[in-house]
Amino acid sequence: MFLSVVFAPLLGCLFAGFFGRFLTPKGSSFISFAGVITACFFAFIAFFEVGLSASPCYIQLCPWIDSQLFDGSWGFYFDSLTCSMCVVVTIISSLVHFYSMGYMSHDPHLPRFMAYLSLFTFFMLILISADNLVQLFFGWEGVGLCSYLLINFWFTRLQANKAAIKAMVVNRIGDVGLALGVFSIFAIFKTTDYAVIFSLIPYYFDSIILFFTIKLDLLNMIGLLLFIGATGKSAQLGLHTWLPDAMEGPTPVSALIHAATMVTAGVYLIIRCSPLYEYTQLALIVITVFGAVTAFIAATIGIVQNDLKKVIAYSTCSQLGYMIFVCGLSNYSVGMFHLMNHAYFKALLFLSAGSVIHALNDEQDLRRMGGLLKSLPFSYVMILVGSFALMGFPFLTGFYSKDIILEIAYAKYTSYGTFAHWLGIISAGLTAFYSFRLVYFTFISSTNGFKSSVQNIHDAPISMGVPLFILAICSIFVGFLTKDLFVGLGTPFWNNSIFILSTNSNIIDSEFVPFFIKLAPIIVSVFSSSLSVFVYYVFSNMFFNISKSSIIQFLYLFLNRKWFFDRLQNESFVKALINFGYSTSYKVLDKGIIEIVGPTGVIYLVTKISNQLSKLQSGFIHFYVFFMFVGVILFILKMLILPFVFFLTIDVALYFILLVGTFLINIV
Amino acid sequence: MFIDQSKYITVALILFLVGLTGIFLNRKNILILLMSIELMLLAINFNFVIFSVFLDDILGQIFAILVLTVAAAESAIGLAILVVYYRVRGTIAIEFINLLRG
Repeated sequence: MFLSVVFAPLLGCLFAGFFGRFLTPKGSSFISFAGVITACFFAFIAFFEVGLSASPCYIQLCPWIDSQLFDGSWGFYFDSLTCSMCVVVTIISSLVHFYSMGYMSHDPHLPRFMAYLSLFTFFMLILISADNLVQLFFGWEGVGLCSYLLINFWFTRLQANKAAIKAMVVNRIGDVGLALGVFSIFAIFKTTDYAVIFSLIPYYFDSIILFFTIKLDLLNMIGLLLFIGATGKSAQLGLHTWLPDAMEGPTPVSALIHAATMVTAGVYLIIRCSPLYEYTQLALIVITVFGAVTAFIAATIGIVQNDLKKVIAYSTCSQLGYMIFVCGLSNYSVGMFHLMNHAYFKALLFLSAGSVIHALNDEQDLRRMGGLLKSLPFSYVMILVGSFALMGFPFLTGFYSKDIILEIAYAKYTSYGTFAHWLGIISAGLTAFYSFRLVYFTFISSTNGFKSSVQNIHDAPISMGVPLFILAICSIFVGFLTKDLFVGLGTPFWNNSIFILSTNSNIIDSEFVPFFIKLAPIIVSVFSSSLSVFVYYVFSNMFFNISKSSIIQFLYLFLNRKWFFDRLQNESFVKALINFGYSTSYKVLDKGIIEIVGPTGVIYLVTKISNQLSKLQSGFIHFYVFFMFVGVILFILKMLILPFVFFLTIDVALYFILLVGTFLINIV
Repeated sequence: MFIDQSKYITVALILFLVGLTGIFLNRKNILILLMSIELMLLAINFNFVIFSVFLDDILGQIFAILVLTVAAAESAIGLAILVVYYRVRGTIAIEFINLLRG
């Protein structure tokens, strides 16, 4: 049963991918959907058995890499953490599969699309159910590959190609960090099994590792390297630039991969490695700061983006920042809780945005929408529910996790905790702002679209509506229903899957923060959402006059250009690296030294020497005899002199003859 | 009377060198060239015979006779080639015999 959670989507993928031509688009999408829904069904049973009945399951399937120094096996470890992830991944994946049947129904490559989606689900399940880091890395790379394939699904579009390559390359940078982390774990612990590593971690506390004579704290180094991996996959600051560009892919892909599941792999990695991170003070601080800054910066960029999907993408980036920084504050279960809640309402937002885009004949620009309230009431309700859940409207899903996150950040009572708290509060305000802005521009403002995009407008068909409805129900109720299960005080749900050092735990402190602090997120959200209404609706004329001032213009440009991150990276790192790659490693090394010492040089030398040697055969007998003569003389000399000069062996004499001969030929 | 073997070797060596020099210095007459080759072969033969006596082993002398036979055959073939070559090229001057160069 546990294995079918993982492998049912693979079966669906293989059928849809290899036999899609015979199965017809409908048949192949049905088969891949069947695979995923089977996995979803079993994931629920697994969740009941492992999570609620507290009986983890550990399957050692078969050996994978079996050498004496390193034994890796296909192992599946289903504990509470894995099962909660499995439920989220399979639910979202099933709904997205179902949604895609409607959304992509006119695409000639539907079987391929379905195969990719199922393959992605399989790799994601491998990633979260792995029992060792190498298998996790396998899944990690697999979801990266599927992300590439799906961003690039419409492969004739140049923008999609560029975005896919960007996603691939930026993710590779993070993967280098992850790989180095796995290597160093293997170097120290001689294994990559979670069980062994995590039980040995306390013994390596404060131990030192030498790296080129530099002393490094072992656990901190490993923690930071793994965090680099998480940074790449979870789009944290510095490596976040691929995520907004990845919106070039089809919208169901954005919902499944770039909002709900794959981008949370980095958060999952940190939660999974909680026994390690609990002993790394520095790494936790770095994670907190990076997460908080990401949440803030992504939210500021989100308020001025004009692409419907990019707004939601930056919101994803911002929410990932929340998850990361609450993990940095040692409350992994809260991070996991937010991850699950976020998956529902972000998938809802993306899918309903997809429904709007679909209705408008693939128009994505917010400025060309507007006035859809009457024509797309269903999508409006869905986006509204998603937005309210996202900005933490009381008693919706996002409210429970986001409030706890901010309270925990405040209750840490450290400088970085307070830093994270403030940035989190501001980001919550910005979130409310851009959510309302999005709703206003899409639905409420006067119609700005072209006639061609508006004339055939229709609300979501049933295949797209059902997943939206289910997700909306989840976005409203899941947080309330599962709060006590996942993050309630003293909940036994997580068993041993999450480890929190007792000195780091502050979930109790967070219950006793001042009442004002508890209210702050809601106040800020309500304030900035009403600000958004004032700015865009009530006083839009006044706002237009203000916006002409140069400082607002500058600020707008700065945020609209995404804090110039792309440009900064291109001009500081990428250019230098390309120059180095072309002039040094390509021109000097590959085409220079290696070529001269290697093939070309040898060819040149052999030709030249053999040309000269062939001149030795002149055809004159007396010429040959001369060499015999010289040889004999040298032989005699050697016989006479040998006792005194013992280095003159016969071989050297022969070389000498050759030398003299070549010399003579050249002067002749 | 016991004579040091190095004296014999010196004689053989000088004979060989004389033959070699004969080829080396002779640029005109091909007959002298053939004779020089014979001289070198004789020098080698001399070595064979000397060491055969010194080591009290008959094999060296048998080998010397073999070399003599081969030398005779070689001279005959050489002269025959020379005749043919003269007929073809009209000259036997050594300076012009360099068709086999690389």
